[in-house]
Amino acid sequence: MSDNTNNRRISYRAALHDGLREALQQDPRVFLLGEDVGRYGGTYAVSRGLLDEFGPERIRDTPLSELAFVGIGIGAALGGMRPIVEVMTVNFSLLALDQIINTAAIYHHMSGGQFSVPLVIRMSTGAGRQVAAQHSNSFEGWYAHIPGIKILAPATIEDARYILAAALADPDPVLLFEHAALYNVEGELPANETVDIKSAKVRRKGTDVTLITYGGSLPKALQAAEAMAQDNISAEVLDLRVLRPLDTEAIVASVRKCHRAVVIDEGWRSGSLSAEVMARIMEQAFFDLDAPVARVCAEEVPIPYARHLEEAALPQPEKIVAAVKALLGERA
Amino acid sequence: MIAPPPSGPVPYARDFAHRLLTDMLRIRRMEEKSAELYGAGKIRGFLHLYIGEEAVAVGALHALQAEDNLVTTYREHGHALVRGMSMDVILAEMYGKREGCSLGRGGSMHLFDKRTRLFGGNAIVAGGLPVAAGLALADKIQKTSRITACFFGDGAVAEGAFHESMNLAALWQLPVLFCCENNLYAMGTALENSESQTDLCAKAASYRMPTIKVDGMDVVAVHEATRQAQARVRAGEGPLFIEYQTYRFRAHSMFDAELYRSKAEVEEWKTRGPVHTFTARLKQEGKLSEEEFLALDAQVNTEVAAAVAFAEAGTWEPVEHMLADVYTPAGSQP
Ligand SMILES: Cc1ncc(C[n+]2csc(CCOP(=O)(O)OP(=O)(O)O)c2C)c(N)n1
Ligand SMILES: [Mg+2]
Repeated sequence: MSDNTNNRRISYRAALHDGLREALQQDPRVFLLGEDVGRYGGTYAVSRGLLDEFGPERIRDTPLSELAFVGIGIGAALGGMRPIVEVMTVNFSLLALDQIINTAAIYHHMSGGQFSVPLVIRMSTGAGRQVAAQHSNSFEGWYAHIPGIKILAPATIEDARYILAAALADPDPVLLFEHAALYNVEGELPANETVDIKSAKVRRKGTDVTLITYGGSLPKALQAAEAMAQDNISAEVLDLRVLRPLDTEAIVASVRKCHRAVVIDEGWRSGSLSAEVMARIMEQAFFDLDAPVARVCAEEVPIPYARHLEEAALPQPEKIVAAVKALLGERA
Repeated sequence: MIAPPPSGPVPYARDFAHRLLTDMLRIRRMEEKSAELYGAGKIRGFLHLYIGEEAVAVGALHALQAEDNLVTTYREHGHALVRGMSMDVILAEMYGKREGCSLGRGGSMHLFDKRTRLFGGNAIVAGGLPVAAGLALADKIQKTSRITACFFGDGAVAEGAFHESMNLAALWQLPVLFCCENNLYAMGTALENSESQTDLCAKAASYRMPTIKVDGMDVVAVHEATRQAQARVRAGEGPLFIEYQTYRFRAHSMFDAELYRSKAEVEEWKTRGPVHTFTARLKQEGKLSEEEFLALDAQVNTEVAAAVAFAEAGTWEPVEHMLADVYTPAGSQP
């Protein structure tokens, strides 16, 4: 079925590619549209080769018209198709916000349940590649603010490979955020995996502190956990995966076990997803905490270009370790 | 091209001519009643009346097929009614009652009806155009014979969504009929105060799309032009832009002091009112007697009274249901 057989190391990019290809093979209603998805091969090469295999009707290059082609995705979904819209990056999705929020998200509810919009919108997100402020935003937390849409952030090889099928099976608009720094990451692909789009996943078990994160910050949290293990600090790493609806149960369960938590998010902290996670812990696990919940987020600045500044502006494993040690106080 | 005003007598049999007149009257009386109900506090929020523009919805929608898609704006009571939604359900929605088409969740600006393929009143200016293009793309891919009619005002042509959608629809040769209701104003902004090019057909033509400009006060002209237009779109000639030159007699919404236009201008346009001119024309041609007109008007008034009673008797969606349908319930397939 897939061109990258199971049980082998593949890249996040290849995993996304295989998921996309499988979706196109399995359902004739599925088609991909977006800027440079066809002849160019996809900005991040996720759709490379698919034009040759599926033709220009199903791998549709669009003009630079984010507002219109996202809306066209909505209309095509209403008309019985299963479109996958690729928006080049989250930064440009701002030009399509109106269609996503004022149309896709409200359709089912405001039509009294008459219509649903089974649309998947994929886009890259995040910083860390020295492409400066206009190309380095992380707006998935903003989108997670909106009722009526679902927000997914695959961070692992298996999620990258299988999350699209789950997103396509969902009857409502699903936004899928692929972190740009992950495309080249390689890992094992477990055989015949399916993923759900309901639950967060513990990626590393621990007992002293919960690191709550997702997307591009997951590898950094895992790296921090590994480093802390040398110092006998046992960190649990929880990958949110689904930013809306949030798996509050998983968050609370881990906090109840570890009694301390650090939220790591590449989004800014003010009015953010990290703030929401902290609020839920406060509402539901306040008395289980041994210390205030801490955060490692992007600094509140347009993400700078220069390498040293960009690194300083983003969450890093060292910052995560420092935050944990501050929480643990003299124990650390 | 400018559709030549059809010369000669009304080219329809009595029945169909009466249907057109009746539908215009149904919109007129329903909206006069809703304005009254607004004053009485029964309808709240925004209410955009279509009074003066009835010939457009009636002439145009009677030229479509039942299978076609319809996407429209917040000024859509007339479109919904002519398309086949019952007046009961429309008024109940305006009341915010559960018996409304959208369970009272959308109100006057958001009439949706799956049965008649009405994909909504959209209250974002030009917001419906991309969706209409997408519906048309689905039909093109699935090789149906359906077309999508998309209504919007003259104000929408200033939006990026208009230009992006026109370009894509033309580029991909999508079966969309772009129906522009040019009533000369976007709220208080006259066309010449917002457009460097006030010939809207010229804009559409720049996307290499055929265009038709038609007198939107004349139901016969509207119907004939739209009949031709929809046939071309259905035949696979790609999208077509049709401009209906019309005028709204009432305020933009219920919150408009109408500072931007003169009473004389409004009165001037009223002389071309689509209901009375068509009534007079039919009478003159011996296609309508005064008794017939009175009977027809009485029948419309009965329908309006029944719709008000239906809306009044309606119920409120329980607050406990409030969060239903934010997402599609598991197991139901769209
Ligand atoms: C994107 C957007 N901007 C502004 C408004 C506020 N608004 C509502 S109706 C309207 C005028 C639109 O005029 P036109 O398209 O000519 O339609 P008409 O009301 O004349 O039928 C405006 C500015 C809106 N609803 N959406
Ligand atoms: Mg107008």
